[in-house]
Amino acid sequence: MISAEHVTVTRSGRKLLDNIGLDLEPGRFTVVIGPNGAGKSTLMKVISGEMKPDIGFVSYHGTSVDLCQPVELAKRRAVLPQATQLAFPFTALEIVRMGAVAQGALNPTEQARQALSRVGLRGFESRPYPSLSGGEQQRVQFARALAQVPQPVADGVPRALFLDEPTASLDLGHQISVLEIARDFANAGGIVLAILHDLNLAAEFADHLVVLNHGRVVAEGACTDTVNDEIIASVYGIAGAVGRLPAAHIPYVLPQSRHR
Amino acid sequence: MMKALAMPFRVAADGDRTRQGVVVLLLLAVMLFAACLLSLGIGPTGVGLRDLWTYATGDSASLSTQDRVILEAVRLPRTALGLLVGAGLAVSGAMMQGLFRNPLADPGIVGVTSGAGLAAVAAIVLGNGILAPVAMLLGNQFLPLMAFFGSLFNTWALYIIATRDGRTSTTTLILSGIAIGALSAALMGLLIVMADDRQLRDITFWNLGSLGGATFGRVLSILPFVGAVMVVMPFVARGLDALVLGDAAAFHMGIPVQRLKKIVIVAVAAACGSTVAVAGSIGFVGIVVPHLLRLVMGPSHRFLLPGSALGGGALLLIADSVARTVAAPAELPIGVITALFGAPVFLFLLLGKNGITTRDMP
Repeated sequence: MISAEHVTVTRSGRKLLDNIGLDLEPGRFTVVIGPNGAGKSTLMKVISGEMKPDIGFVSYHGTSVDLCQPVELAKRRAVLPQATQLAFPFTALEIVRMGAVAQGALNPTEQARQALSRVGLRGFESRPYPSLSGGEQQRVQFARALAQVPQPVADGVPRALFLDEPTASLDLGHQISVLEIARDFANAGGIVLAILHDLNLAAEFADHLVVLNHGRVVAEGACTDTVNDEIIASVYGIAGAVGRLPAAHIPYVLPQSRHR
Repeated sequence: MMKALAMPFRVAADGDRTRQGVVVLLLLAVMLFAACLLSLGIGPTGVGLRDLWTYATGDSASLSTQDRVILEAVRLPRTALGLLVGAGLAVSGAMMQGLFRNPLADPGIVGVTSGAGLAAVAAIVLGNGILAPVAMLLGNQFLPLMAFFGSLFNTWALYIIATRDGRTSTTTLILSGIAIGALSAALMGLLIVMADDRQLRDITFWNLGSLGGATFGRVLSILPFVGAVMVVMPFVARGLDALVLGDAAAFHMGIPVQRLKKIVIVAVAAACGSTVAVAGSIGFVGIVVPHLLRLVMGPSHRFLLPGSALGGGALLLIADSVARTVAAPAELPIGVITALFGAPVFLFLLLGKNGITTRDMP
């Protein structure tokens, strides 16, 4: 289990995170939602060990994250960042292989190939990363994260996937595919933490939903308890939108997993 | 043409350039060997390949006394020095570009060389004055060590000024590099005003930027610096690759980012400072060699760093052979040769897609 306790981050006199407690349990797909500036990305930075909180601490299976070497952390969790741009033309395979090398894989090239085909990018191995579209780049990065933690549980220790807006530049089909891979990872005993903006996706995939606003946890629990009119209105300022159909002349498409 | 130069030369269909990297490294090693032979053999008295071979296999009597003296006292140290200087310059360029995540970062352009130059001039001018005890203590190592600290200071300053949240914009990098270089040049001017005649002569000779006057003493004085950088190379290669994805992503992949950056900054300063100390400022090697190599072997530092060492040595030896022969018996400054084909490559990079774009404009 990965735990954050009493996490507080203050920057320029403003509390980005205010006394946050969060438990990421193995086998659970945790989704964080909230408006812009709510502190979602900051929370992920703290939990991934990238940023030290001013107060509070984060522990991985009982060990404080401060005591973990970067190289050890890298074997326990992988992070999918928001859009990444490169100054040098690495190929898609070379990018993904970096993740496999970070895991300490014996055959990183082979693992990288497998990760690429898992995200549907077989045949893209030799493409220079800068020449890919935004969505393809995002999927290459997702493959890199998958190559870094190929097993949801290894040596009896659950591994974690942290996804910061994994669906940001993806089309509907790929949004679902990426989240399905993440859900499979959680179902197999891994830990998944994702930041999502699409409440429909969040409601569909989250086993545990965390609503963040002004650096505080406003609501937490199953999606039926958290995505309701009262909370959505107080956090996003849009009242009465939950479960309401658009006007009859507007077609709408809700993202839905293929498995159901 | 522009497009051909900007895109990778050829990528294996499976996207894995490991074999490509190994093959290019082997070719570079052969090229370096040939460049060494060229550098040893070429000059007013030509020493043929067969003469070199019989000499190398231990039959020193095969050469006339004059040829042997030329070979041992002039050409061998010169070749060794050119090899070390070229390797040091190219590797410091490649490392710096990885550190700044910018293919335009070159020690000569962003003022790191000027820092080494300022410190070298300070060593010459103050070496008999207030720094005399230090100079006595360090002997042969005094000049390279001073130049090392000079370039270390400027690299560090540049990094702090030009990098915000781990990102370096090309515009800030080049402009702050110019400012730092100008400041160093101004301070150098002040020191030169203070210098006496003999010191002025020393400064002028040093500043010409040449491999002329190479001695084994000079070779030995920079060997520890360049050697240390070569030893460090394999340990920073994976980190520099990961750093291309950004500080955060590199940390997520297990790289101790701050420690890596400190090591790279010190290595850049060691390679750049020591070479400037013995050979003056030779521009553009650090930008041309890594750029050309990225086209044929890809940007991975696993191959780029050793490739730059081999390629930089070969390039400088070839440039030096040209400098010695093209206007014989006069000798062109080697910096002229490297700038002649280096400056266009730099311009090309600057105008290319990774250079200054409208995004960079304030």
